[in-house]
Amino acid sequence: MATKASRSAARVMMAPAVILLLGWMLVPLTLTLFFSFKKYLPLRGDKWQNGLEWVGFENYSRFLSSSSFWPAVTTTLIIVLGVLIITVCLGVLLALLLDQPMWGQGVVRILVIAPFFVMPTVSALVWKNMFMDPTNGLFAHLWRFFGAEPVAWLSEASLPSIVIIVSWQWLPFATLILLTAIQSLDSEQLEAAEMDGAPALKRFAYIILPHLGRAITIVILIQTIFLLSIFAEIFVTTGGAFGSRTLTYLIFQRVLESQNIGLGSAGGVYAIILANIVAIFLMRIVGKNLDT
Amino acid sequence: MGRITLSKVTKRFGDVEVIPPLDLEINEGEFVVFVGPSGCGKSTLLRLIAGLEDVSGGVISIDGQDATATPPAKRGLAMVFQSYALYPHMSVRKNIAFPLRMAGIDKAEQDRRIDNAAKVLNLTDYIDRRPGQLSGGQRQRVAIGRAIVREPAAFLFDEPLSNLDAALRVGMRLEISELHKRLATTMVYVTHDQVEAMTMADKIVVLRAGYIEQVGSPLELYRKPKNLFVAGFIGSPKMNLISGPEAAKHNATTIGIRPEHISVSATEGMWKGRVGVSEHLGSDTFFYVHDTGLGTEMTVRLSGEVEMKSGDTVYFTPDADKIHRFDDKGLRLE
Amino acid sequence: MARSVTSQRKLINTGLAWLIGLIIFFPILWTILTSFKTEAQAINDPPIFLFFDWTLENYAIVQERSDYMRFLWNSVIIAGVSTLLGVMIAVPAAWSMAFVPSKRTKDILLWMLSTKMLPAVGVLYPIYLIFIELGILDTRVGLIVVLMLVNLPIIVWMLYTYFKEIPGEILEAARMDGASLRSEILYVLTPMAVPGIASTLLLNFILAWNEAFWTLNLTAANAAPLTAFIASYSSPEGLFYAKLSAASTMAIAPILILGWFSQKQLVRGLTFGAVK
Repeated sequence: MATKASRSAARVMMAPAVILLLGWMLVPLTLTLFFSFKKYLPLRGDKWQNGLEWVGFENYSRFLSSSSFWPAVTTTLIIVLGVLIITVCLGVLLALLLDQPMWGQGVVRILVIAPFFVMPTVSALVWKNMFMDPTNGLFAHLWRFFGAEPVAWLSEASLPSIVIIVSWQWLPFATLILLTAIQSLDSEQLEAAEMDGAPALKRFAYIILPHLGRAITIVILIQTIFLLSIFAEIFVTTGGAFGSRTLTYLIFQRVLESQNIGLGSAGGVYAIILANIVAIFLMRIVGKNLDT
Repeated sequence: MGRITLSKVTKRFGDVEVIPPLDLEINEGEFVVFVGPSGCGKSTLLRLIAGLEDVSGGVISIDGQDATATPPAKRGLAMVFQSYALYPHMSVRKNIAFPLRMAGIDKAEQDRRIDNAAKVLNLTDYIDRRPGQLSGGQRQRVAIGRAIVREPAAFLFDEPLSNLDAALRVGMRLEISELHKRLATTMVYVTHDQVEAMTMADKIVVLRAGYIEQVGSPLELYRKPKNLFVAGFIGSPKMNLISGPEAAKHNATTIGIRPEHISVSATEGMWKGRVGVSEHLGSDTFFYVHDTGLGTEMTVRLSGEVEMKSGDTVYFTPDADKIHRFDDKGLRLE
Repeated sequence: MARSVTSQRKLINTGLAWLIGLIIFFPILWTILTSFKTEAQAINDPPIFLFFDWTLENYAIVQERSDYMRFLWNSVIIAGVSTLLGVMIAVPAAWSMAFVPSKRTKDILLWMLSTKMLPAVGVLYPIYLIFIELGILDTRVGLIVVLMLVNLPIIVWMLYTYFKEIPGEILEAARMDGASLRSEILYVLTPMAVPGIASTLLLNFILAWNEAFWTLNLTAANAAPLTAFIASYSSPEGLFYAKLSAASTMAIAPILILGWFSQKQLVRGLTFGAVK
């Protein structure tokens, strides 16, 4: 189905999407790269129109050596890993459960998926105020009911709190994808294993889990990309305080709050590199899938 | 209407030459079948004629006009695809109407042609159904209906029967042949099934790796295969090919003898062997004979029901004037 | 998996699944319930589940005090127009890649995907600056453009995977039947791909509706959609639980309903066809 005529038509029809995305990628990226080598403090009167002072790699080294950098990296890692572990483990269990025959499966599915459709600002705020508030939150009521001292979740245990909120948002995604993957498993394989005398636990370990391997990898990669850049959940709950400042949030503060554009841009370049490392693995898998 | 001429037509995909320079003349009203094993380029050749692929070189002309650069929509040809390629969101009527709609033919004429086609193809009862509600055979007929309403210069068929079961295939084969008789329009038909080729064609084009091995009527190909490939490809069961001393006796490198041109006796004959498997079709019986001393196992076809036990010794003799002789290049010796 | 199971097992499964389902759903349920309480009942200890004085006054107050309709309208326009624009640009591109693939098709698809993975914060300032220079900071137009670009890769990918499932022979048949490229796309491809196009629209509308980085950073008073509206409840209004709940319920209700329809496509859309 390829003639010269159709190929040239194809190029024309692809052009708008390609050009737009190329612009969307290159223009800001170039600017970020440009600013990252400059001293650029708009609050102190720097204007890009007047030319900016070239500072070489100073922003890069300052970003790395600043006292907030390593804590931000640790925070990011804790949040990403915490959410990944929780969502993948619970997701597998939940997917296995939802795959079983039951009454009202459709309704349960909807209940489980619902959090994914809640906008991040709403879920962050609802959790923060209605559940985790130390005086009126539901958890505080519960703690008091058992005679315990209520926890000021977001200030005393900010990271676990954020991990809980974000896991609640992403568990549906993991569950749904893993459920889809389980349902694509040929039931004859399981029946054959059952005939061969494999008990349920072994069937899970030797057949279901390997079958899920690819789906789990995809869940991990996609979630990592999104989790690295979570923003609203922190913006609304702690505003980056109490040790909850992630790399993304740190860069956001440098750029928009303290308006140190050069420093923030250098941080942005680091973030882009970090995301690309994850992205490469994801693209490999997706790309392989394209060939089949 | 409907004369197609290919001269020096070539097709390359990247560095791979799928069709080396090829000349072919398809005459008006002729039923031409392209046959060959999978990957021989027969479908590519058809798609070149259709205009769905560009030629890499050479000229395709339709009715004397150079159509090499004409887009498929403008060539005046109709095609029936292997998967039928019906529009699933349209009723049978809309499917058949589509080419007429695209050609801007007025509604009354559209209806006349559609009703006519539906009657000819026994589609009247299903005319308002969607393709999804039809059986394979019915879908095939809709695809043909969509092709005939356009009154094209020629019909192109790309393995149209390969998705049907055996019984339906025989029926549709007959219907297409009858359609050809009635319309007398040029038809170019691609198949890998030599039985379809033999039963339907006026002219068979045997292709291998993009090369035309032989062009001729079914019986020409059967009686005088130009080379070993055609000899082996046309005819079922396959021609027995013997090389070595036995062939040398006939001044050839290889001799071929069709299973149906061998007579069998329990007592005497030219060759001797041991019966292996026998297949009883009722009208015919096939034997596979081992230990023939000819360097190859032989297939023998006898008409009617013949009882023969596995392990029996048989004598068999080829029909002397039906022996095909081939030289060391595999070409036929006259 | 069609396997026969004793009804006792089925009963246990059902109970367990419903229990977990309700726990996961509980924050949403609780928000909806609270939105119908009075402020005093909303913070009552012990919490009241169902037996409170159901009231709609929170909804009225939220609408009155914060002009909820304006934010809603911004959300609808921004999510709707950006999605529609994206699909209009993506359909021809996806047609090209699905039906006239070349050696570069795969690279282009993966490259598009890679733009989706750029961390937004990395390009925040340049976009911010460009928006100021173009005078589109805090305008719907600006957000429409950004969200369209942000979701364009997903739209192209989803349409591509749907188009891929349509046999090329059908489009070739249309070509043989005399259809021009325009007729081919309009009368044959699009009607056949309606379910795919619809789910692409739906999922991307949801994603755009919930987008909370650009909407928070590029809007102030004028173009702020519901995400920013809710964020403004952070404090001190957030301590008025009933009103917070009413505002939240209004912000998520339309999407929860749309989400139920799109749950099947969600997987395909968000995994770029890698899991179906």
